Amino acid sequence: MTDIATMPQPVSFGRRIKRFMADRPLIPLIILLVILVVILQILRPGIVNERWLANTAKFAIPLAILAGCQTMTMLTGGIDLSVGTVATMSAFIMATQIVNQDPAVAFLLAMLPAVLIGLVNGIGVGVFRVHPLIMTLGTSLIGTGFLQVYQRTVIASGAKIPDFLNWLGTGVTYGFPNALLLFVPVAVLIVFMLNRTGFGRLLYAVGDNERAARLSGVRYWQVIVALYVLSSLLAGITGLLYIGLIKAPSLSLAEPLVLPSVAAAVIGGTSIFGGRGGYTGTIIGALILTVLTTLLTILQMPEGGRRILFGFIVLFVTAAYLRIVEDR
Amino acid sequence: MLEPRTPVLTTNELPKSPLLDATGVAKNYGAVAALRNASLSVLPGEVHALMGANGAGKSTLVKILTGAINADAGRILIRGQLLDVRSPAAARRAGLLPVYQEPSLIPDLDVLSNLRLTGTPVEPFRAWVRELGIPNLDIRDTARDIPLAILRVLDLARALAVEPDVLLLDEMTAALPANLAEKVLEVVRRQGDAGRSVIFISHRFVEISALCDRATVLRDGSTVGVVDIEPGIEEKIVEMMLGTRIEKTRVAARAANDVAVVGGSRPRLSVRNLQLGTKLNDVSFDLANGEVVGVFALEGQGQDELFATLAGSIRPTGGTIDVDGAPVKFSHPSDAIQAGIAYVPGDRTEALAMQRSVRENIALPFSAGLRKWGPIRMRREQVVVSGAIGRLQIDTRAQGEVQRLSGGNQQKVTIARWIAANARTILCFDPTRGIDVGTKQEIYKLLRELAGQGKSVLFYTSEMEEVQRVCDRVIVIFGGRVVDTFPVEEADEPALMRAAYGLPRGARADVGILADVRPASDAEAAS
Repeated sequence: MTDIATMPQPVSFGRRIKRFMADRPLIPLIILLVILVVILQILRPGIVNERWLANTAKFAIPLAILAGCQTMTMLTGGIDLSVGTVATMSAFIMATQIVNQDPAVAFLLAMLPAVLIGLVNGIGVGVFRVHPLIMTLGTSLIGTGFLQVYQRTVIASGAKIPDFLNWLGTGVTYGFPNALLLFVPVAVLIVFMLNRTGFGRLLYAVGDNERAARLSGVRYWQVIVALYVLSSLLAGITGLLYIGLIKAPSLSLAEPLVLPSVAAAVIGGTSIFGGRGGYTGTIIGALILTVLTTLLTILQMPEGGRRILFGFIVLFVTAAYLRIVEDR
Repeated sequence: MLEPRTPVLTTNELPKSPLLDATGVAKNYGAVAALRNASLSVLPGEVHALMGANGAGKSTLVKILTGAINADAGRILIRGQLLDVRSPAAARRAGLLPVYQEPSLIPDLDVLSNLRLTGTPVEPFRAWVRELGIPNLDIRDTARDIPLAILRVLDLARALAVEPDVLLLDEMTAALPANLAEKVLEVVRRQGDAGRSVIFISHRFVEISALCDRATVLRDGSTVGVVDIEPGIEEKIVEMMLGTRIEKTRVAARAANDVAVVGGSRPRLSVRNLQLGTKLNDVSFDLANGEVVGVFALEGQGQDELFATLAGSIRPTGGTIDVDGAPVKFSHPSDAIQAGIAYVPGDRTEALAMQRSVRENIALPFSAGLRKWGPIRMRREQVVVSGAIGRLQIDTRAQGEVQRLSGGNQQKVTIARWIAANARTILCFDPTRGIDVGTKQEIYKLLRELAGQGKSVLFYTSEMEEVQRVCDRVIVIFGGRVVDTFPVEEADEPALMRAAYGLPRGARADVGILADVRPASDAEAAS
């Protein structure tokens, strides 16, 4: 018999850093965000001031809320591509109905398509097991079609942006954008829901192992229907905020936010395969994308080049991030 | 049973160079060290056992050797050449081939396509399949439709067909019916005789002493010794595996005073004429409060379907289930849970959310109902969960993600969930598959304790000795029917075996005939 007894080899410094990062996945994200801001400051000294911060927050917030929809659905292994259409519909209906209606009625009318689309998404995915990508893409197209029909009926009455949404979307109080009044409670609620409520637990469980959740007594369709309705409601509210920021109702208002919202969730460390991630990472992901956009804009590149670069950077960041936090 | 093998090699007459030589292998998952300092040296023509308790690092070492994961430190030499196993393909090129515990054929492809995928030559594969005791496999069958036991044998045949220099078998005989296990062991032995090496991981000493030349013993991620397998070495190996926590390894047969008082006039669970297509036929039995009823069957006799039906996963096509005297109809597992019936599947990956924490996994049923979607009372949950963790002595060093736990600890989590939920009836399907001796003992003890508290347990096992250790009664299923019921005192191995092969009580049967009986396919043919 041979006894073997040697000391384990010391762990290298690089590996220790990697492990530290793996245990705290937010830190590399925050570092990246700071680096981007520093680069911006170097390229345009003095650009990073109070006004710039408020502006960045204003544009990051709608993206961050929509990315919240993606985070929640991605945790279950799904995705919600209809958020852009839902946000646009709510915004457009609000802007046109406010002309003749009581604000409360206009608001309810604006949220109605959100609830409907969420319900249809949820039933399609949860009951009929349509793949979320197809389901939400389908309802998104249908919603856009309805919106075009609707537009013809209100063409005569015109549109306006309610003062309150204007104030919420663009206003700044003591250097803080008013949109934070909406965003902070929403963010706190999402984080709380994901970590401290039964529903949040089920999102993770269903996304990680649907069969295990079923064996524990979870009814998949209930979770999924509730999830997609919630996602749509958030998207609808985002639409109202966004119209206050952009101030020009159009039929493709929030559409450009859809894919960035997915990217923000992925950069923030939420797995598209489900079961893993969280909202705090997503918020930083949304900030990173917003700062990145600013950075590319001040480089004064042509639009095409900017997009190419944007795509490459998103891919690179995601790949690098996963390498850092995944300790295989 | 197998005759002990005459050792062909001992440490005294080592050939100069080992075929595989791994030293100083280490692997960390976050702050948890899965392997600290493992070494393994395998000689040509040797069948080498790799042993260790739960979480000692066996699986991690195997995964590193086969390139499934990368080591943090260490050196692996194969035929004296430094091997950089960065991927399973690299390990394969170097002649290292694993057969894992979980079947690795792609479920949606037929067997032939699976073979093409790995470039496995078909004819040698077929030859091995026949050799391993499956005479009439149709390689056009989709892997999904093939029973688990057969799939594992196909995995082995697929590995053998490419003639690997080092074959790595992880719990190869677990969950195999006796006739197939016998063939597998025979083939492994012949590999050694033919000058090829086999690394053999098993918890069964009978197999190890019959097959292996030497054993490497791991404890807490380090190699603690290499021993020659000779008569009487078991005690020493167990001592090495357990290290400081030396316990008596032989469990006393169930003490008489431990037999639960089977109380109550009304059975807890009463199954009558249960029917499920052709899989279950007229199944009737009772399960009393405080009783552990064993279900014994060869692979694929309808036991999977019986448990799934009782758990509410499948709806029966006929028959009745009564709980506490009242008829029930389960259309979803949550109905069964509502009735206090919990199901612990044999396959841990079916029961666990692998990326989630121990706590979330145990507390999962608490959030299941619509009314429990609101805020979680974290402190109360913590108390309940840690109570269950304590009761099962789950190793919580890696509790952040269940996938980092060892197999035995994962299995404990699946049971702890229902201890925490205070389920009155637990359906345990082969809960000790592929886990180490120590944990097995703990699970037996726990099941008896539950029965002592008046809970009832239905316990399927593929190991005969477990029946005697844990159960009060045994029902034997063959071809979807309950063919016999024994009180535990009468459930000796010959009696159980005969019943499991569908032979009437008292009939004479010798192993030669038994080996030819193919109950799984008979049942299919009958359907």
